[in-house]
Amino acid sequence: MSEPNPLPPPGAALPHYVSDAPFDPSREPAGPAFGLGNASQLRLIWIKFRRHRVALISGIFLLLMYGSLLITEFLAPYRLDTRNLDFIHAPPQRVHLFHDGQFIGPFVYGQTMRLDMAELRRVYTDDPTDPQKLRFFCRGEPYLFWKLIPADRHLVCPAEGGRFNLLGTDRLGRDVFSRILHGARISLTIGLLGTLVSFTLGIVIGGIAGYRGGWFDHGMQRMVEVIQSIPSIPLWMTLAAIIPLSWSPLLVYLGITLILGMLDWTGQARAVRSKLFALREEDYVLAAELMGARSPRIISRHLIPGVMSHLIASASLSVPGMILGETALTFLGLGLRPPVTSWGILLTEARGINIVALYPWLLWPMVPVVLVILAFNFLGDGLRDAADPYR
Amino acid sequence: MQDRLTATRDLLRVEGLRVSFPLLGGDLTAVDGASLRVLPGRITALVGESGSGKSITGQTIMGLQPSQARVSGRIWFNPGEGEAGGPPLDLLTLPRDGRQIRAIRGDRIGMIFQEPMTSFSALHTIGNQLSEALRLHRPLTKREARERCEAMLARVGFGHPGRVFDMYPFELSGGMRQRAMIAMAAICGPDLLIADEPTTALDVTIQAQILGLIRDLQQELGMAVLLITHDLGVVANLADEVVVMHRGQVMEAGDTATIFHNPQHLYLRGLMQAVPVLGHAGRARLRPLREIPPDGIRELARLGRPEGRHEPSLRPLVSLREVSKAFLPRHQSWSLISSNAQPVTAVDRVSLDIMRGECLGLVGESGSGKTTIGKLLVRAMTPDAGTIIFDDGTEVIDIAEAQGPALDDLRSRVQMIFQDPVSSLSPRMTVGSILSEPLEIHRRGTPEERRRLVTALLSAIGLGQGAAARFPHSFSGGQRQRIGIARALALTPEFIICDEVVSALDVSVQAQILNLLKDLQRELHLTYLFISHDLGVVNYMADRIAVMWRGRLVEIGPRDLVMEAPVHPYTRALLAAIPVPDPARPLDPRARIPTARAEAEWPAVFREVPGQPARMVDLGAGHRVRMQELAHPEQMFQQRASG
Repeated sequence: MSEPNPLPPPGAALPHYVSDAPFDPSREPAGPAFGLGNASQLRLIWIKFRRHRVALISGIFLLLMYGSLLITEFLAPYRLDTRNLDFIHAPPQRVHLFHDGQFIGPFVYGQTMRLDMAELRRVYTDDPTDPQKLRFFCRGEPYLFWKLIPADRHLVCPAEGGRFNLLGTDRLGRDVFSRILHGARISLTIGLLGTLVSFTLGIVIGGIAGYRGGWFDHGMQRMVEVIQSIPSIPLWMTLAAIIPLSWSPLLVYLGITLILGMLDWTGQARAVRSKLFALREEDYVLAAELMGARSPRIISRHLIPGVMSHLIASASLSVPGMILGETALTFLGLGLRPPVTSWGILLTEARGINIVALYPWLLWPMVPVVLVILAFNFLGDGLRDAADPYR
Repeated sequence: MQDRLTATRDLLRVEGLRVSFPLLGGDLTAVDGASLRVLPGRITALVGESGSGKSITGQTIMGLQPSQARVSGRIWFNPGEGEAGGPPLDLLTLPRDGRQIRAIRGDRIGMIFQEPMTSFSALHTIGNQLSEALRLHRPLTKREARERCEAMLARVGFGHPGRVFDMYPFELSGGMRQRAMIAMAAICGPDLLIADEPTTALDVTIQAQILGLIRDLQQELGMAVLLITHDLGVVANLADEVVVMHRGQVMEAGDTATIFHNPQHLYLRGLMQAVPVLGHAGRARLRPLREIPPDGIRELARLGRPEGRHEPSLRPLVSLREVSKAFLPRHQSWSLISSNAQPVTAVDRVSLDIMRGECLGLVGESGSGKTTIGKLLVRAMTPDAGTIIFDDGTEVIDIAEAQGPALDDLRSRVQMIFQDPVSSLSPRMTVGSILSEPLEIHRRGTPEERRRLVTALLSAIGLGQGAAARFPHSFSGGQRQRIGIARALALTPEFIICDEVVSALDVSVQAQILNLLKDLQRELHLTYLFISHDLGVVNYMADRIAVMWRGRLVEIGPRDLVMEAPVHPYTRALLAAIPVPDPARPLDPRARIPTARAEAEWPAVFREVPGQPARMVDLGAGHRVRMQELAHPEQMFQQRASG
């Protein structure tokens, strides 16, 4: 580093100043991100995404959520349909650590039920003489893992002969906490599957419209406008009504996924189309055409990779819509039906003011819905910011 | 010279300015202890290439540097007597965006930006924006403000200032907008005008007008100007004092005559030798700061070239006949409802031949249709009318009609190099796969052979083998442009269209690319169509030069004839408008006549008469000019003698 060049006193003539800094013409100026020269786009995106803290945390949260779907049966203390007729509409049990000033590890108190005939409700009271110590990695209720392998290991189970309802029980005495865990399987995957459907439709239709332009593009644009102008809930209802009542719950599940996906692709297709319109102007696309590359190659090797990162970001933003859509449909009684259990199904139980007033714990399924949707939105934000690392 | 450049004070005095940015891997020092000064009523030029820190210096003076920048040093501003008189003020100590700096910004210091297209808000009229700039600093009524603005608009050369006042920016051309921008910067009568590359985005004839305007205005209003530019020709024409920056440091400073006639620092000397100039001097091989050794090219010539493709032939390699192309203005998505938009003619019945092994320079201003010609030749577009024939002696391809195998064949024989080194390389592919993609498409060679060819291509453009695994974003502009050249060469084409290949590059890199293109042409027997708006570059590269104006060819001929004895008035205007990097040769004031008006002043033989269109007339020695059929051809020779 050389000394700053001296200036003459104010107003005086400027002397001829020549810096003594060396000049080495063989030193090529490097590009802006020289150190990352071998970094692929994916790596650059990751480096940028990592700096978006909230998105990173949301991503980890979602990974954990989806990871938990693989071992739901192990995590849940009870099966989906286990009923405990003695404890209907029991409130959540608090987990304690100290009994009589003495540490004995996590435990719950046993409860006694009394019928309040004046108000016609069950009243549960903790029995302070009956600490039921929770067991971990224990043998509990037997279940079929993935409906195939018989097993009975649980992460946590109640004491022998006791019970453990972390979030209370519903009107049939089923454990709300276990049912939320089981319901996540449907609710979380329906969002992903639906997005996959809309994603594929969006890329294909939007891709052709964006690359070809012309009449196909016109047709698509008008179709999108029509679809988007139809109010969504009545449309869902109509489509849901098409699903025959005789279908098995699994088919209904797939049908609902398809309906959600078929109505959501319009946004994706438009995003792809407008992105492709912009990318088509890039010189490297013209260069590929001049090499003699055919349309499928140009679309798949030059255009789609260019929009993919944006698509993934916008897809992750559309998953919450799917989850909400399923929840809404089911809540209205048009979507999934028991015995399939989703968060929407759980929430249908919470219809009616008396439930909210008397058994507020039945509203617990709202919490994971809100958390997952927030997480997807944060994740989508982070991905969108990181999607174009070359700016 | 020396005693002229003194005053009682410095208007602007930048002392030891340092600006740095926190980045991922450590700080980036953009300005590293730079000092400079501007005398009242004088023009100081701040010269440097991209990344030299010249623009950030200008922004910092205005207090407009990015907010994460760390700044130290002093910027003294001393407006002397007058409205804002007082002792010198250190602009850096003023709170960012505070009242004091805002009072100076726009009032005492005005600024012009490079891009006239984006520096106005599209939603407000010119007058609205102009009077806003004025009324922020002066308590004037609307009527008074309008009067002052119209006076200013008249001063910057608008014939009907009242009409321009009510116009929206989109109604004005780029040059007009830059005039309006200057009016806006000067509306408060500032002491200092900071002009950041004010003419870089403009055509050369418009540039000459704008430079003249800045000079006139500076003299009339007694403004000082800090002119930030990379163009040494502009500096030589305008500046009183010159400061040369490189990587954030001042390399050399002095008055203009000293800097141009006695450059001392290696960097400045190298820079001056790297600029292509007009005339005979411009034909000697340029001395770039970094030369690419030609060994790699010879190796490539041995490896890639099928023999027997380049026997001399008297027939042209490519010939265009009566080629026309028109565009519909802006695609209407509701075109079902009939649109009555008039098509815009980009290329109007152009006929020209390109001989094997030559480099034909195609010059013209923006909108002249030169890029459209290039795209028609590579069949990125099809002409509306006319024929384009490619004939390499072994086979004939009709470029306009080719389909299927013939089109594939054409793709491997005609290639294009693009202007923008950033947009022309896919950011998602490694350099290696970018270079081997054309080979894959045409199913040439085994993967092993492809790899060998990629290595040869890389060494021909002076990049090591390690470059193949890297992504384009890790290369500088010049290196990317070289990669673009290598990609065009991969299919061993015979004819390459170079579309403004160096106009996005720094001067020092420009020379390197031009020399590389020359070496490649020699060793690989290539034919070039070299499209450029820069006559200095074309003068260096081309064997013959074609000049286009509004979609028509107006003059074509051997380089020496076109450059030294131009006949068409448009060619003459173009040549006269080029600023020469020599303060002893200022711009001809005639060059400042706006082109549209100049057309009316053309001699009658060159004007287009309805019903009697001008034609290309042969003047001998392959020199053809668009003009009316002459009754007395000898007139022409008088023309030439007087030119």
